[in-house]
Amino acid sequence: MSLSSKDLLGMKGMTAEEINLILDTAATFKDVSERDIKKVPTLRGKTVINLFYEASTRTRTSFELAGKRLSADVINITTSTSSVVKGETLLDTARNIEAMKCNIIIIRHPCSGAPEFLSTRLKSAVINAGDGFHEHPTQALLDMFTMREKLGRLDGLTVAIVGDIAHSRVARSNIYGLLTMGAKVRVCGPATMIPCGIENMGVEVNFNMDRVVEGADVIMMLRLQVERQVAGLFPGVREYARFYGLNQARLACAAKNVLVMHPGPMNRGVEIASDVADGTPVILDQVTNGVAIRMAVMFLLTGGTKAEA
Amino acid sequence: MTMNPKEKALILDKAGIDRALTRIAHEILEKNKGAKELVLVGIQRGGVHIAKRLAAKIRQIEGVEPPVGSLDITMYRDDLATRKSQPVPQATDITFDIQGKMMVLVDDVIFTGRTIRAALNSIMDYGRPHRIQLAVLVDRGHRELPIRADFVGKNLPTSAKEKVEVMLAEDGGEEKVVILEE
Repeated sequence: MSLSSKDLLGMKGMTAEEINLILDTAATFKDVSERDIKKVPTLRGKTVINLFYEASTRTRTSFELAGKRLSADVINITTSTSSVVKGETLLDTARNIEAMKCNIIIIRHPCSGAPEFLSTRLKSAVINAGDGFHEHPTQALLDMFTMREKLGRLDGLTVAIVGDIAHSRVARSNIYGLLTMGAKVRVCGPATMIPCGIENMGVEVNFNMDRVVEGADVIMMLRLQVERQVAGLFPGVREYARFYGLNQARLACAAKNVLVMHPGPMNRGVEIASDVADGTPVILDQVTNGVAIRMAVMFLLTGGTKAEA
Repeated sequence: MTMNPKEKALILDKAGIDRALTRIAHEILEKNKGAKELVLVGIQRGGVHIAKRLAAKIRQIEGVEPPVGSLDITMYRDDLATRKSQPVPQATDITFDIQGKMMVLVDDVIFTGRTIRAALNSIMDYGRPHRIQLAVLVDRGHRELPIRADFVGKNLPTSAKEKVEVMLAEDGGEEKVVILEE
C-alpha cells in the first residue's frame, strides 16, 4: 500500500485508505519525538526544501523538525530574503532549487494552486503547506489524527467548524478529509464568511453557534484571519467575538467531553476566550501530532519507486 | 507479484517449535548465567510472539520472567528508496531501561542479516545494553552481512527463491514452519 501520487497537494480526491495509511504511519513516527534520541536514519541523504511565501512559525518549524528527525537535510527559504524580491518567478525559483538536487519541496503560497502548478513541472515531491484559500492538507491530517487519537474513531463523529470558512484552507481540507472518513461536518460563521453553495460539499450550515456546538464531538475554531479581511465582512472584532467566539458560556451548550481544537495561531479574546484556550490541552497536542504527520507524509512520499502511479 | 505460493516442505510442527524454544530458553540462561539483567526484545512482527514465549519458558525454568519489548525497524531499513511501496511501521514498545542490560534480540527467521543490522542501529538509539545476543527460530542462510545468531532453533539450508514462513498460533491458525515455493 502506498500513496497514489508523488505529491501531497490536497485532501480532495484522497481515498480513505490513503488517509488511514498516513494516520497509521504517523502513529509510529510519533514515538520518535518522545524518545531521548529524536532521530531515525530513514531519510538520510535526502534533501528537503521549505519554500515559504507566507509567514509561518508552526508549520515551517514542524516540517523542519519532521525532516531533521528523519535525518534529511532541510533548507528553509524565506522569500523576503531571497531572489523573489528581485522579481524571480515562482517556477524559476523552484527550478533553480531543484537544479541543486532536492527530493521534497514544501511550499506555502498566497495563491491557490501554486503547489499544483509546481508539481506538474518538477520531478521532486511537492507538499502543499497551505495555498491561498485552497487547501492545507497536513493540517487536516494532523487534526484528524488528533481526533482519532482522542476519540478513537472518525467515522460517525460530528465536527463543528466555526469561523471564516470562506477564507480558510484549514476548513476546506478538513471538510474534504472528514467527509471521506465518514464524519459529519457542520460549519458556522457570519453569513458573509460562509461560501454560497457550501452545502453541496455535504456539510450542514448553521449561523447560530449555540446550536452548532450542541451535540458536537469536536469544535474546531478557526483563526479570524485579520490579514485577509479587506472587504469589511463583519462590523467589528468585538461583535464577531460575541457571536462566533468560543467562551465558557457557549462551551456549556456543548457536551462535557467535547474536543476543542484550534489550528493556531490563536487570537485570544476573539474567536476563542483565553480561559477556554488554556483549558484545552488538545490545541498543543495538535502541534505535537503535526510533526508526526509530516514525518509520515515525507516518509511515504520519498520511499518507493511509485511504479504503480 | 506472487502466485499462490505452494507449501513445499514442513520443517517444524507445533511440538518441534516448542522443543526448539525450550532449548533456546535453556541456552540463554546458561550463557547469561541466569535471568538477572536479562531483557528480551522481539523484532516486529514475527519476533515479538517468539520473545514472549521465550520469556514464559525462562520463567518456568528460572522463576523469573525477563521484561519483553518489541522493536520495529522500518525507519532503519536500507531499502526504503528501492521498495515498491513503504511498509507500515508497527509499534516499538520498550518500556524498560536497556542501559547495561543483557539483551537478547529475537526474530523468527534470519536471512540476509539486514533486519538485524537495522535492529542493532535502532537499539543504540534507545540506550547502550551491556551485551546484545541474537536468538532466531530459523536460520535459513544467505547472509549479506557479517552477522551470526547466538541461539538458533533450526538451521535450514534453502535456495534464495524459496520462502520460509513461520506461522504461530498467536496469529490464528495452525502452528508450523514451512518452506514455500512460488
